[in-house]
Amino acid sequence: MRRLSWFNVTSLTLGFAFLYLPMLILVIYSFNASKLVTVWAGFSTRWYGELIQNEAFLGAAWVTLKVALMSSTLATLLGTMAAYVLVRGGRFLGRTLFSGMIYAPLVMPEVITGLSLLLLFIGIGLDRGVLTIVLAHTTFSMCYVSVVVSSRLVSFDRSLEEAALDLGCSAWDAFRLVTLPIIAPAVIAGWLLAFTLSLDDLVIASFTAGPSATTLPIKIFSAVRLGVSPEINALSTIMIAIVATGVITASLISKRASLRAQKEAQAAERASG
Amino acid sequence: MSQTIFAPWDDPNEKPLIRFENVTKKFGEFVAIDDLSLDIYTQEFFALLGPSGCGKTTMMRMLAGFENPTRGTIELSGQNIVPVPPNKRAVNMMFQSYALFPHLSVRENIAFGLKRDKMDKERIEARVAEMLKLTRLEKFAQRKPHQISGGQRQRVALARSLAKAPKLLLLDEPLGALDKKLRQDTQFELMDIQESTGTTFVIVTHDQEEAMTVASRVAVMDEGRIIQVATPANIYEYPNSVYVADFIGDVNILEGRAKPVGEDRYEVLWHEGVAPVTATSSAPFSDGQTAHLAIRPEKIAISTDRPDNADNAMEGKVLDIAYLGNLSTYHVGLPGGQVIKAQTANTRRIARRDITWEDPVWISWSATAGVLLAE
Amino acid sequence: MLMRRALLIAVPYLWLLLLFLVPFLIVFKISLSDIALAIPPYTPTFKDGIAELISQLDFENFVFLASDDLYWKAYLSSLQIAALSTFMTLLVGYPIAYGMARAPEEWRPTLMMLVILPFWTSFLIRVYAWMGILSSEGLLNQFLMWLGLIGEPLTILNTNVAVYIGIVYTYLPFMILPIYAALDRMDESLIEAAEDLGCSRTQAFWLVTVPLSRNGIIAGCFLVFIPALGEFVIPSLLGGSGTLMIGKVLWEEFFNNRDWPVASAVAVILLLILIVPIVLFQRNQQKQAEAEA
Repeated sequence: MRRLSWFNVTSLTLGFAFLYLPMLILVIYSFNASKLVTVWAGFSTRWYGELIQNEAFLGAAWVTLKVALMSSTLATLLGTMAAYVLVRGGRFLGRTLFSGMIYAPLVMPEVITGLSLLLLFIGIGLDRGVLTIVLAHTTFSMCYVSVVVSSRLVSFDRSLEEAALDLGCSAWDAFRLVTLPIIAPAVIAGWLLAFTLSLDDLVIASFTAGPSATTLPIKIFSAVRLGVSPEINALSTIMIAIVATGVITASLISKRASLRAQKEAQAAERASG
Repeated sequence: MSQTIFAPWDDPNEKPLIRFENVTKKFGEFVAIDDLSLDIYTQEFFALLGPSGCGKTTMMRMLAGFENPTRGTIELSGQNIVPVPPNKRAVNMMFQSYALFPHLSVRENIAFGLKRDKMDKERIEARVAEMLKLTRLEKFAQRKPHQISGGQRQRVALARSLAKAPKLLLLDEPLGALDKKLRQDTQFELMDIQESTGTTFVIVTHDQEEAMTVASRVAVMDEGRIIQVATPANIYEYPNSVYVADFIGDVNILEGRAKPVGEDRYEVLWHEGVAPVTATSSAPFSDGQTAHLAIRPEKIAISTDRPDNADNAMEGKVLDIAYLGNLSTYHVGLPGGQVIKAQTANTRRIARRDITWEDPVWISWSATAGVLLAE
Repeated sequence: MLMRRALLIAVPYLWLLLLFLVPFLIVFKISLSDIALAIPPYTPTFKDGIAELISQLDFENFVFLASDDLYWKAYLSSLQIAALSTFMTLLVGYPIAYGMARAPEEWRPTLMMLVILPFWTSFLIRVYAWMGILSSEGLLNQFLMWLGLIGEPLTILNTNVAVYIGIVYTYLPFMILPIYAALDRMDESLIEAAEDLGCSRTQAFWLVTVPLSRNGIIAGCFLVFIPALGEFVIPSLLGGSGTLMIGKVLWEEFFNNRDWPVASAVAVILLLILIVPIVLFQRNQQKQAEAEA
């Protein structure tokens, strides 16, 4: 029965315009024929063509993707373990330190994380390259994964696990057959988060990447420092499009799943009532 | 015994405090209140009773000012209050959820409305102290709402809404969140407070027992209309419709055709092959008109022998006995298959156990025991 | 069973010890070392004994930081920029969160998704988008001149104003989400109760809505302030040479001057500054969790 007041309509409209207009402008100007990014000179896909031929960008994109896939998978594994330990681990020596180390990277400035990891890699004589970026990304994104997964684990009805044990499951079977399927959405969300964090990261990668491995954000950053370029606009548009499609598809899938669950529950209700 | 009975609604010279005049409220296509008129008098404890969705909450929200009628006027002391916003009305409300401000202490909650009136500090403090005393909350004044019990919260909500000494206090299911024992105690407390402050109370409830206990008059509502407004006793003993008779308390309804047999006296043919029942009614019924005899179980006597001089008596068999402690309800099956409920008070501690399952029994009642209703 | 539990705990624990805690200790250690010309440009290494290691510690770098007012100014201006932009984010974010919480129920998941979506897009790209808008021949200036509000382009890009805009823009969702969560939880009858007791709409907003969303406001402010303080990308892309922010100074000290001990000392002090808001934030979250339990 509630209607939106004009004030709320205005603040929502202006707010979302502020959030989305800059990206929209970026997308529009990626189709600009002119080299001058601020003057509209007609529609063209010229910059997309040039982008595809830019081997440096393609190489960096490949490195970024490799790093993101490896680090997010590793981070999901470690982060889920850490979440399980945090929520179900009970007491153990150094628990406070452990939970502190999970939460600290979330608020740590990236420059400090990057600097400290670099100094470690140099200290132990590890050559900087894909491996060091993967290690660095895994470390900070596993903390995000464990926060996402542990929030799901906390709200999880423990008696389900106990029922599985009661019915003869081993602890591992109970985890594999009961816990994991239920926390799976959180694990997947954690993986996606770790993946995008890795794709996105400039600062930590700059510290931990060597000359042999340059990621896309590093490449974009060095290009952008010199000013706006239409090629970067085109690249940004592609990245925005991928993310938007991904997020919207994911939310549609989850919405449909919950709608279906709702309908099935209603049908069951009707059938029994 | 010269004490005057409080019944301003019977006095044609009395001006109502609140007057609903042909009020209709629609939400989109849904008609919540349908062309309703109602008067409520000063110092009344008025109950709006009905099932959920009957419009009673909408009535209350219109009085508070959170909803405006689609048509019609609402008057408070003779003034149309429809254009007055909620914060300018001399009406306060006690919310069903209590709506206590969680960031404020009990004292600050009670003082909240007084501060809005720009009252000076000492007067606010005096009034808050008075309210704390009235609701026996002095010890909890500094606590936050989440640090006190449900019953105490209920009293804070009451104190807060009474603090501004409103002309009219609205109570939305005020006891709904309390358990049964506490609810009964609180009902009497509410009545005491209403009497001592002299405030007009309008209570919304779906609990008929609560309405009957606290109210001076009860309005039974259904689907946006008021079916009957009367004192609790009249609602119970003289319901104006089968709906009201059925909604309030337990009742047997015998449906049949009326046949006048004397002044205000009718026979109701209610079943083939069963003797007609006799009942009196001041409302006229024509010959053959459909009539419902509504009769309360406690008005029906049950005995092992055929009673003498009963206007109505019939034989049956005990199907079920519900023992409620103070009362027992017998479900008596008649030869035609109908079931009549009869109730007796258990005045003896050791029952004589003269009536039990499957026993043949007689049930009987007088001609004036029931009400004859057209619909 | 016990072995498995030990393994489960040990693997993430050791990982974090090795790749989070140890690197920190190294930063701390190096901040107390002398600069050396060799690469890696610090001394000594771990191969030396602990006694020797301790004997070589000195506070030279911190003395240097204290004596050079560039660093003082950078810390102060970082604090100022972070605080002011946090406040501006609150001013922009609160009405949006409020509008979302008052929107019809069926819109809210969509609005939520619209707020979260920018999170998933590259931070770098979102900052970059403003470069084209804020430049002197950019769209904002074109628009303002077309309106006739200004005669000649304003210089916004490469100033602190651009940094404020960048921080507000990129961190806005961090502000909106906790405030929205607090407002969404709020029982609407509280507002009605306030109005019933004599409040106007505005009074009810300030006396009830704002205090009840306090935890959301505090959480949102910390979530913006903490990362903004160490921000590097925004000041280096949108700010100018006059924009002093500590993240940028650290980066330049490290990559341009290759003075690792000073860079480490800068990091250590930044961390010390951050401990206060982080602890306050943690306490606020804990209090909130307790209040809900």
